[in-house]
Amino acid sequence: MHPIFSKRAWLAGYLAAAGVGAALLAVLLRMAGALPWTKAGELAVPLALLYAFECLTPWYLCRALPLGATHPAKIAVEHLGSAVLVTGVWVAAAQGLGRVFDASAGALAVTPYLAAVGLLLYCLSVALHYMLLAMRASQEAAIQTRDAELRALKAQINPHFLFNSLNSIAALAVKDPPQAREMCILLSDFLRRTLGMGEKQSISWEEEIQLVGAYLDIERIRFGTRLRVEMQIDGACGECQVPPLLLQPLVENAVKHGIATMVEGGTIRVNSRVEEGLLQVFVENGYDADAPAPRRQGAPQGLGLRNVRNRLETSFGSAARLTTQTEDSVFRTEMILPCQTGR
Amino acid sequence: MPNGALKPSEKLRVAIVDDEPLARQLLREYLDADGRVEVAAECANGFEAVKAIAEQQPDLVFLDIQMPKLDGFEVLELIDPGVAVIFVTAYDQYAMRAFEARAVDYLLKPFGEERLWKALDRARERLAEGRMAGAFPAARAELAAAARPPEQQLERVVVRDGAKVHIVPVAKLDYVEAQDDYVCLHSEGKRYLKQQTISALEGQLDPRHFVRIHRSYLVRLETIARIEPYSKDSRVVVLTDGTQLPVSRAGHARLKELLGEAG
Repeated sequence: MHPIFSKRAWLAGYLAAAGVGAALLAVLLRMAGALPWTKAGELAVPLALLYAFECLTPWYLCRALPLGATHPAKIAVEHLGSAVLVTGVWVAAAQGLGRVFDASAGALAVTPYLAAVGLLLYCLSVALHYMLLAMRASQEAAIQTRDAELRALKAQINPHFLFNSLNSIAALAVKDPPQAREMCILLSDFLRRTLGMGEKQSISWEEEIQLVGAYLDIERIRFGTRLRVEMQIDGACGECQVPPLLLQPLVENAVKHGIATMVEGGTIRVNSRVEEGLLQVFVENGYDADAPAPRRQGAPQGLGLRNVRNRLETSFGSAARLTTQTEDSVFRTEMILPCQTGR
Repeated sequence: MPNGALKPSEKLRVAIVDDEPLARQLLREYLDADGRVEVAAECANGFEAVKAIAEQQPDLVFLDIQMPKLDGFEVLELIDPGVAVIFVTAYDQYAMRAFEARAVDYLLKPFGEERLWKALDRARERLAEGRMAGAFPAARAELAAAARPPEQQLERVVVRDGAKVHIVPVAKLDYVEAQDDYVCLHSEGKRYLKQQTISALEGQLDPRHFVRIHRSYLVRLETIARIEPYSKDSRVVVLTDGTQLPVSRAGHARLKELLGEAG
């Protein structure tokens, strides 16, 4: 089926355009064919409708002869052939209708005009159909790329985090076996949650908080007393349905570019609440403004932050935002997004 | 200068530098099992590491890369070139740079004991070679400079003064003066001496902001107040604080080109 039939509005628009064509055709039949207005109208309406639908046929031919994959000569010959055929049918129909409506002389007189207009419109239609196909292809490609990106993002687990955690387990294995076991369980819990999220479009904020909790428990074992955490999660946020892995990358940033750069470590504060249907999330941590460049928080924004921002944009457009600010060696991230519940 | 010849029977004195207590503990546990190794120092950040290595003069350092204060490569620049270095990290992307900076080995966390023994053997070989050859020819700063990815411009220069480390932000570096194998960095009225050649340092700095006005002088463009004729055929640059520096003919050409581009 031609895509024009997929939406009523498109079909109505097309028929309106055919109406304009019919009016122009009536003028042509009146002027060049010397027919009275009534006869001209009687002839023009069915002819315009017929040609309007004839001009949809290139859809099939254009799809069968994709640009680039087909030899240009073949495209030209095939389309030219069908243009002549389609125009021929139209001109013949005009003669037939002329006889039916007792206006053969008039119909015959406009034949050269009809042939010229028919060929021209057909070629125009071919060009428009190729444009339509190209637009569709690029739209599909964009959607596919975005889907792939989302899948990759959701499955992202920082390998260094993994290797450092395994190193901690190796260290604990002899000195503190119960804690080594604890770490294995925490790490498995974190991995299972993260991997599971790759499949989901949305999760509850509660699940995200649990994931972040597992992540921070692991990092606390690695960093010892250097990492301190204060979480304040308003109970009402737990129900919000949100895209997965929005908070975890922010907290990972806070550890990697904040706490890990400080000799004495610091505190990560996570705060979230719902206000007027918006989920508000704040993450705050200290950092060393004099840390070696690649790790310093602030000026160059990390990949994690950019990913979160892109995904918010994809899911909510301008309804969500992510802002960061640095002040006196404190890095603050504020994320606001619509809280959708009960789905 | 570090110790004399290392005999095969002699204990290897090592320092462990890692900001994670568990990582240090694991390495120490492995090393304690080897009777020929003695852990002389454990450090949790770059500053501590530079200080401890200067004071304890170990033969070998196990060095993490991502740490507070100074990263592993900055520490490498600041320690005696006679000290062997083994990097220990979870990141595999620095391996090339590490070997270019003459690291003995590069251990990826987590690693097993056998891998560590292999690294220790290499370190012993390297130390023995070094002692036989008498010295390590190139300064570490040169090697570290060569190993820095070219697209990554220096943001700060690290300088050691005894056991103390100074960090000079490049944005506050006024000019650099060559003094034999050293460079003297002038920043906000203070002077810092570093073992590095002026050409090596020049190669690390952004050429849009630093210009070599003379064989012995490298100047930050923003600190230049004016250029004055000095005698027939020669000129001096006057800095915003009134300091006068000689300009060579080639230096003047470079300066004109840069200032022309800016204006």
